Amino acid sequence: MSDLAGRTPARSSREMRRYPWQVRDSGQLLLVVAAGVWLVAAVAQTAAEGLQDPRIAIAFGALIAFGEVLRLNLPGDRETAPIGFAGALAYALLINVGTKFVQHSAEQVVTVAAIGMIIGALPHLAVGRPARVSGMAVRLLCVACVAYIFRPLASNSAVESHWGLAVTLMTALTVLALLLEAVLTALLRVDEQRARFRVALVDEMRVQLPLGAAVGASALLIAFAAEVMGLAALAVFTAPLLVTQVAFRRYAGIRATYLQTVRALAKVTEIGGYVEAGHSERVSRLAVAIGRELGIHEPQLLELEYAALMHDIGQLSLHDPIPGGATVLVSRQDQQRIAELGADVIQQAQVLGSVAEIVRRQNEPYRDTDHAANGRAGFAEPHQGSRPPLSSRIIKAANAFDDLVGSSLDPGRAAAAVQRLRLDTASEYDPATVEALSRVVNRRSILL
Amino acid sequence: MGKLSRVALLYIGAVVVSAVVLVARGPFTGLRWQYVVFLGILVIVSESRATQLRKGQLTWSPSSAAMLASVVLAGPVGAAIVGACTALGLRRGPSILQRVFNTAMYALSAYLAGRAFLALGGQVGLPDEQSFPGIIAPFAGAALVLVVANHGLLSGVLWLTRPPDGTPSGVGVGLSGRLLLSDLGYAAYGLLIAALWSVVGFFAPLLVLIPLFVARWAVAQFAEQQKAYEATVGALCQAVETKDFYTRGHSDRVSRGSVMIAREIGMRSERVEAIRYAGMLHDVGKLGVPTKVLQKTGKLTEEEYAAIQLHPMRGLDIVREIGFLDEALAGIMHHHERIDGRGYPMGLAGDEIPEFARVLAVADAFDSMTSTRSYRGARPVAEAIEELRKWSGTQFDPAFVDAFVAALKREGWLRSEAPVIPADDLATVTAQDHDDPGAPLRVIDSL
Repeated sequence: MSDLAGRTPARSSREMRRYPWQVRDSGQLLLVVAAGVWLVAAVAQTAAEGLQDPRIAIAFGALIAFGEVLRLNLPGDRETAPIGFAGALAYALLINVGTKFVQHSAEQVVTVAAIGMIIGALPHLAVGRPARVSGMAVRLLCVACVAYIFRPLASNSAVESHWGLAVTLMTALTVLALLLEAVLTALLRVDEQRARFRVALVDEMRVQLPLGAAVGASALLIAFAAEVMGLAALAVFTAPLLVTQVAFRRYAGIRATYLQTVRALAKVTEIGGYVEAGHSERVSRLAVAIGRELGIHEPQLLELEYAALMHDIGQLSLHDPIPGGATVLVSRQDQQRIAELGADVIQQAQVLGSVAEIVRRQNEPYRDTDHAANGRAGFAEPHQGSRPPLSSRIIKAANAFDDLVGSSLDPGRAAAAVQRLRLDTASEYDPATVEALSRVVNRRSILL
Repeated sequence: MGKLSRVALLYIGAVVVSAVVLVARGPFTGLRWQYVVFLGILVIVSESRATQLRKGQLTWSPSSAAMLASVVLAGPVGAAIVGACTALGLRRGPSILQRVFNTAMYALSAYLAGRAFLALGGQVGLPDEQSFPGIIAPFAGAALVLVVANHGLLSGVLWLTRPPDGTPSGVGVGLSGRLLLSDLGYAAYGLLIAALWSVVGFFAPLLVLIPLFVARWAVAQFAEQQKAYEATVGALCQAVETKDFYTRGHSDRVSRGSVMIAREIGMRSERVEAIRYAGMLHDVGKLGVPTKVLQKTGKLTEEEYAAIQLHPMRGLDIVREIGFLDEALAGIMHHHERIDGRGYPMGLAGDEIPEFARVLAVADAFDSMTSTRSYRGARPVAEAIEELRKWSGTQFDPAFVDAFVAALKREGWLRSEAPVIPADDLATVTAQDHDDPGAPLRVIDSL
């Protein structure tokens, strides 16, 4: 039902010749519409039946809204609302408040969670931060799943009387909700960034695991503790999650500053007249897109981005800037010297060892040409150890492409550059990398 | 810990003996071992990953919550046993003596907390609905006793084993103050563990401690990232300086000097952090100045002088997008302004100049004067201070000159080493220094 409702507007909003899954953001739209349809049905049902235990509903709604106000951006541009999510899950898993047995329906859970989220989004809108609807839709869908499974069971006497059964069931559902969140978010990222699903899922789980554990534990705590201490449990067990969130905010903050700083300082080569303006930024963006295309995981993708941003930093040690800064046009020895000098600079930091290695080997040819020239067995495959790391191969291709094309947006020039790289795949460039680059470049020219 | 004084050994001995005697007295009958064993294991696990705060002995972990839960569930002796488990953590680092002392200290504090709980009328055992709110007062008393005893005993041993050279142990005291509060916060979770135990059994401490563990993990990650960040900024700043042998290490020293001034005038710690980065990055814009201008020995033309005057703006262009405090950006942009309004790039005067810029200006000039230049050797610190005083009020803010001199008297100054200039052409040597107040840039007089 939600599938049909989702696809129609997606298709009509874009050109008909492309299928919805090829249109950017179609998945996002699909998800939002699915959540929206579910929400409308739930609100209608709740309105028809009337609100059960309004005091409890308002308390949880307020907690969810509070959590949405305190949204958190995790590394990799992930927006989460840990406290709001924990509150909504706890509301779905509630059995008793004090000695009172609660009987709200799954529809009511969805309604309260959605209203809380919308109210919590208002302050963000007021200061001009747009609401990220897809994130809210994901959270709402996860809560809805737990609610529709657990609410009918909550009134079951077996669940109510055996705490062991209840604990197991509730824990399992919490884990399920967190997994579902990871899967849905990964699907969104596949859609948005052209990542591979498996890679995106693993990355998502890796980033979300610690905070997810805290969210799940807090949701369970609130649900259980409500039996002992009533609604005070909401305030008491939100506190540790708040502490956790503050810690994560600082962590995410320093990660963001780190990236901004490397981006900014990579520009010194431009200000000093060593390379063309915007070169480092363009190479890094292209390299990351290629890396994603080739299925590189996020931590290595970050290293690739750092290495790409700083790949020309070695030029700072040169006496005179290379004319135009195009390293593709200077001799192999000079290229190698720049790479070595740059790697030495990065090595100084001691924490970016693999980044330094990527930069050091950015000029190495993909295949050992001496072997190839001997022609004993066609192109002798060099053994794995001597081949430069994938990230170095990507930077080599991206750098060459940008030296040839620069900031030009002309698709013909880009195609010619790709062709030139392709002709060199016998020895210089990694064929798989060049093909990935070609796909990235093609996509970009379609979007223009 | 190295060699310990007799008093310190006596103190440690007293703590250990009293802990052993009190716990050995029992009573062990009716002790609920199931709680003790489970909470004991939990403490061992949590202590195995205690967070190192600084180089030194202090660490923090949420084990105080487990100890207080055992105060409620198992009484003073049970709590002492759980407390003693802290030293069994698999964490590497502490020596045998440190471990023995820690064991005794935690056992003793937990025992005293248990006694306080009983004295204030607390009932040992699983709390139920009737226990609330009566249990809160004795529990709060127990938490206070635990935390105070823990910090008191620890401060005692830190004080007795302080290094003989008499370096101020102010860090330890300040840290203890903040730790005391966070420990009290953690302690409150002991009651929650005890209360939840009646609903979900042994699942309770696990659930309660997960968010706290995750928070600690995030704090550790933050600390790690921050260290990496600092190292990276340092390396990149060095890359900018690398061409000029005379100014190597300049950014680093200016950064240190600025931090000395900032601490001396009592800046908040976030601002001290910000000024440290501002110091490191203050000259990145110099890269935009053509090498030939920096190498020129004679007088500069108007254009060349303008190129030099532009470097703070270039620096700002580079660092603008970094999510720093705006103050740091203002500091980088205005670090060549003068109090009398004759500086650049804006010609601001007096209080119009941002505070960060006035601080940076002092440290910047001082390092320039105490470093070797192609046209002169490094000047002695005393002479450089003299020079700062001379320009105080015209070029520099007198308050910051005074603060810097005071900090220098106390902490000293790690001067730059005389550069070794290699013979190859890779090295660039500047002939003039725009930072040197003693040798201002010479500009051809326009006609």
